[in-house]
Amino acid sequence: MMTIEDPMNKKQAIPELKVHHKSAKKQELRSTIFAYVVLIALALLWLYPIMWIVLHSFRVEFRDGILIGTVVSHYIPKGFGLNNFVNLFQNTLFPRWFLNTLFVATVSFILSTIMTLSVAYVMSKIKFRQRKLFLNIAIIVGLFPGFMSMIAIYYILKALGLTETLFALILVYSAGSGLGFYVAKGFFDIIPNSLIESARIDGATNLIIFTKIVLPISKPIIIYTALLAFTGPWMDFIFARVILGETNRHLHTVAVGLYYMVHGSQYADGNQFTMFAAGSLIVAVPIVTLFLMMQRYYIEGVTAGAVKG
Amino acid sequence: MDQDVSKHNGFIRFIQNTMNSVLSGGKQYITRFKTGSIGTKMSHLVMGSGNIYHKQFAKGLIFLGLQVLFLSIFIFNPEINNTPIGFKALGNFITLGTEEGTLFGALADNSMLMLLFGVVTFGLIMVFIITYLTNIKSAYASDLLVRSGAKPTTFKDDVTALFDSRFHVLLLTPTIIGVLTFTILPTLFMIFIAFTDFDREVRPGLNLFKWVGFENFTAIFTGTGEIAERFFPVLGWTLIWAFFATFTCYIAGILLALVINKRTVKFKKLWRTVFILTIALPQFISLLAMQQILSEHGPVNAALLNIGLIDEPFAFLSQAKTATTARISVLTINLWIGVPYTMLMTSGILMNVPKDTYEAAQIDGASKRQAFFNITAPYIIFITTPYLITSFIGNITSFNIIFLLTGGEPNVPGNIAGKTDLLVTWLYRLTIEEGDVNIGSVIAIFTFIITASATLISYRRSKAYKEEDTFQ
Repeated sequence: MMTIEDPMNKKQAIPELKVHHKSAKKQELRSTIFAYVVLIALALLWLYPIMWIVLHSFRVEFRDGILIGTVVSHYIPKGFGLNNFVNLFQNTLFPRWFLNTLFVATVSFILSTIMTLSVAYVMSKIKFRQRKLFLNIAIIVGLFPGFMSMIAIYYILKALGLTETLFALILVYSAGSGLGFYVAKGFFDIIPNSLIESARIDGATNLIIFTKIVLPISKPIIIYTALLAFTGPWMDFIFARVILGETNRHLHTVAVGLYYMVHGSQYADGNQFTMFAAGSLIVAVPIVTLFLMMQRYYIEGVTAGAVKG
Repeated sequence: MDQDVSKHNGFIRFIQNTMNSVLSGGKQYITRFKTGSIGTKMSHLVMGSGNIYHKQFAKGLIFLGLQVLFLSIFIFNPEINNTPIGFKALGNFITLGTEEGTLFGALADNSMLMLLFGVVTFGLIMVFIITYLTNIKSAYASDLLVRSGAKPTTFKDDVTALFDSRFHVLLLTPTIIGVLTFTILPTLFMIFIAFTDFDREVRPGLNLFKWVGFENFTAIFTGTGEIAERFFPVLGWTLIWAFFATFTCYIAGILLALVINKRTVKFKKLWRTVFILTIALPQFISLLAMQQILSEHGPVNAALLNIGLIDEPFAFLSQAKTATTARISVLTINLWIGVPYTMLMTSGILMNVPKDTYEAAQIDGASKRQAFFNITAPYIIFITTPYLITSFIGNITSFNIIFLLTGGEPNVPGNIAGKTDLLVTWLYRLTIEEGDVNIGSVIAIFTFIITASATLISYRRSKAYKEEDTFQ
């Protein structure tokens, strides 16, 4: 090995590198090929379950004239068609579930986005006396597991005889959303205070500063917050299951409805898996498309949150 | 050593500050009473009179209305489902009901609602005290304005202030109300339940339950019953799960990010998108699909049978013969879920590895491997430590993966907690499915203590907290 102090060694090192240039190139090529092999293998492994669901959703196979809905062991279906989708819309409450979820997601994403951004902005840019106190309380309350309050809310609703409603679910999703303000606060922190102060000098009120100056330049964080709030209800399974109850089938969201189709309930039927796959596809396509379109904002938000800790 | 001293001082300073502010706050109210106008003095008895005295009628009437509302709740004790809210509720909170139900259909006192309404009433009293103090402050503020020769603020001024000098009040109020009713109240309720005997035998409204002190805690931690027997195994598996789930995903995710970010690899965005796809896919879909893929008739078993590795379908998940099989299966599937996140996180970081250090090292003749282990790796580890801690905490409470894949099974004969049950899934089965709410609450409190202390330690050490003020 050479040392830094000796310039002689360095000079010798250069021709040496040239000699090894060819083999280095070869090695580079080999490691690149290896990288591609790994990536292709992993991509297949990650895409396989998705492909599998897609194939199942279009699978149409009959046994004694009855559509087979169970999982089968052959890889490529023997027949394709839209029967599962037709069944899903004609014989289940899926359209209703879809509208329920759309309703819950729309209302709670509007509420959550407004509340999260409000709290984040206050914590970041408005100086008031108890600011630090509020920040500390918010952090401690944020540690309360949502799971714990969910179980309590379940019992409270039951005791009050309030039938499980979508409205209750919306409140559960959005009421505490303001506590998830860290990522947005991190974003607002970067906005220079001078911008706000100069607007103040020009006589702008805090409302004007927030809505006309800060929000217009905060598109990335608005999209990130809204994206998570909107997709949340489509992905959540357990809160919806507990709050909405098992028997109120017409109130279910897609996640609960589809889950009960294949699993653990009086409605479960081993022969409905292909229908489950069809429903999953209908839910997944818009959500995944939305995510991929907003990918940039999602990655920005996630990495900002992670690195700041 | 130094750190300990400063922490200690910090704590003492915190106590001192609190004491001081309480004292000076108290003093302020005494001066307000002594030097305030007759209106302010009246406000101590009839809320809003100070404001009405200064002709701030709208504000005064709102205070007065609130006082009437609060007092009538406390005095008349309105009932919901035959259970009162108000001063009676405080007494009920202590007894949790005395009227037993009878076989002939007479309903018992509803202990659960009594407990709940006791907490609600206590909350109402707190809100009332705050409103009361605000009322005095508001009256005195008008006194001061008048004394300095100005006019007291009009109702319109007060409303406009909400959009400017008191904008934070407007923005925070919805969240404060939401958090109080949907986080703090239910959490307090759960904590209190942990000190009662509200188990599967009790149906609120038909039977009573009562306070039992720390009995549930001792039953879990020192008892010999069914619950105590399962508690430590479940806790142990929860920690093992959290540890392995965090580190396997972390290491695999970093390796994947390194491969994707390799200089010679093309279509970086495409590769990344493939993995983001799985983040975007709702977990109930991917996990239920995984469960079917690994099921008896699923494609994995079919493939293994075809190759001849096995003679009969292999049970990977809830039917697994040993706990270890099921546990390895869930940890493996967790990689599918978790690796894309770490990959995303570290991809961003990898692009920011300080280039000059890297180049300097290469000029010095460091090999690629040396550069990686001495520069890239320490940098990644340093910068992702907070993420590591948050994901460890997240894994302790990761409900979906276990619940949707195995439901906590394989089961232990004659016991509720299965071999793959985490504290949270066990908690779910105990409360929602079995009705042992008291034991469930103890476990919830315990889980909260674990995650909260881990978070607080990491948070106080984090850059974001220490440098919070430098951003300002």
